[in-house]
Amino acid sequence: MPDKKLFITGNEAAVLGAIDAGAEVMFGYPITPATEILQGWVAKAEENKKLQYLQTEDEIAAGFGVLGVVLGGKKAFTASAGPGHILLQDSLAMAENLRLPFVGVMMQRGGPSTGTVNFSQQEVNLAAFGGNGDGLRIVYSASSVSELYELVIQAFNDAWRYRFPAIVLGDGYLGKTRSTVSLKKPNELISNYPILEEKTNATHLRNCYSSEESFGEVLKKNISDWNKNKSVIAKSESFQTEEAEILIVAHGLVASAAKEAITKLNLDMMKIGLFRPITLNPLDSTALKELAKKTNKIFIIESALNQLARIIKYELAGLPVEFIEIAKPAEGFTPEEIIKLISSFLKGD
Amino acid sequence: MDNFSPKSWNQESKPHLFCPGCGHAIALKQLGYAIDELGIQQKTTLGIDIGCSLLVWDFFNVDTVQTHHGRTTPVMVGYKIAKPERIALAYMGDGGGYAIGLQSLIHAAFRNNPITVILINNENYAMTGGQLSPTTETNVKTTTSPSGKDIKFGPGFKGPELLRQAANEKGFIARASVSNPIQLKNLLIKAIKNQTENNSFSFVEVLSICPINWKTDAQQSFARLKEMEKYYPIGEIK
Repeated sequence: MPDKKLFITGNEAAVLGAIDAGAEVMFGYPITPATEILQGWVAKAEENKKLQYLQTEDEIAAGFGVLGVVLGGKKAFTASAGPGHILLQDSLAMAENLRLPFVGVMMQRGGPSTGTVNFSQQEVNLAAFGGNGDGLRIVYSASSVSELYELVIQAFNDAWRYRFPAIVLGDGYLGKTRSTVSLKKPNELISNYPILEEKTNATHLRNCYSSEESFGEVLKKNISDWNKNKSVIAKSESFQTEEAEILIVAHGLVASAAKEAITKLNLDMMKIGLFRPITLNPLDSTALKELAKKTNKIFIIESALNQLARIIKYELAGLPVEFIEIAKPAEGFTPEEIIKLISSFLKGD
Repeated sequence: MDNFSPKSWNQESKPHLFCPGCGHAIALKQLGYAIDELGIQQKTTLGIDIGCSLLVWDFFNVDTVQTHHGRTTPVMVGYKIAKPERIALAYMGDGGGYAIGLQSLIHAAFRNNPITVILINNENYAMTGGQLSPTTETNVKTTTSPSGKDIKFGPGFKGPELLRQAANEKGFIARASVSNPIQLKNLLIKAIKNQTENNSFSFVEVLSICPINWKTDAQQSFARLKEMEKYYPIGEIK
């Protein structure tokens, strides 16, 4: 039976995703453009007493509150943006160290600093590598309202299955745009359980060690778990890539614009396709490398200064392919603009 | 196990790693007795801060999580929301509670989150080698006030008196001292009961000694503690 159609915003979809993923607690602090996630959750909690929330004194407390809840065994999350996302790095670092299933939905806004409130892709580095560690965090980038819903569920599942913190990136346009969607309900939910186990033999958790060797063992185990699972966690979409000689790499809403551009360019017989990372960390490097081998030019297009490009070029180092980086920090791209940029580059303008 | 160790202590982590003469050990012994007396070892979860408090991460045979500096309060607020039937204790120092984590502490008191916060006040950042903290009193020498703490950095910070202004009327707030272990234990018991019986916030500041950073011997340490007790009054504050 097809699910019924809804006319909702991305922020509303994120709330529905969290509920359908089995989340019971949200901690948050108002910030544009993510505020409606907190408001939406509170509205749901008014109807459903099983859902709890706390509007905290700041995002630091929101993040650590989430960690407290998951230590007690319930699914919890927060939502934020820009400067709030920076403050959440404190708790994210602890989640990364202690392998706690933190889930965050970050609606990117322009930066640095307070920047703008609507759109950017400048929180990729922060989400993936913002802590004082090596970036063992799962980072997704949603490119549509329905995908945002699905990725929030995926984030809870992956966080509790693999015990790495998970962050879903969107942006203000995605959060506030209303679209008609039919939401794909999850087939499977990973169960939650108390991490402080309440057994006779107490659980002792620390994130501070006195010797390099003993901490080194912990990190080795974490990195080994990450490497073992990253190919399963990594997700991507390939669009019109069967015959593509030119590849666009883009994520989020920029990828949506790129798809429209590609559809038009294909009509003009240009053999161009899109690789869209759905997870930015870990990256679906197998799929990317396969495509890169068939192409000679890769356009990396993003609303940030080479944050995606660094990730892509690291994976493709050594391949005989020309990279063209198109970066417009904190500004969006229309399909027409992408067509123009690519056409003029290929003409040698 | 000797006859004096609290049953709730984790013997595998003893002898403990605090400096010789450290007041934390006195406070933790009374906390252990309080847990034993209330019979709550199996129902308690302990959150601990970084700094010297870190050394408590495996001190008790109770579920324990060590978090970042100043973040123990929000972690235990979150934990208690997930696990209202558990007893949530948050253990920290004066830097963690009154400087970097003060915002969360005030708001936990203000919201009346049913957790019990135990704050060891030894008037300095001890793990990092004795810098001045909010509670360092005027003219006291530390590594960051080598000529004595100037009044321009504020006098000794009175945390319980501040929290009293913000806390819900059902909150319990007290100050104890390691110079009087029995009173300390009784105040800890009263604080924990305020969580379990009144589902309310409670806070106990414990005046403590730090012989290593104070550069005092046993006698001088307790003499300085007596002076501290004149500035920081002991007893129930709310």
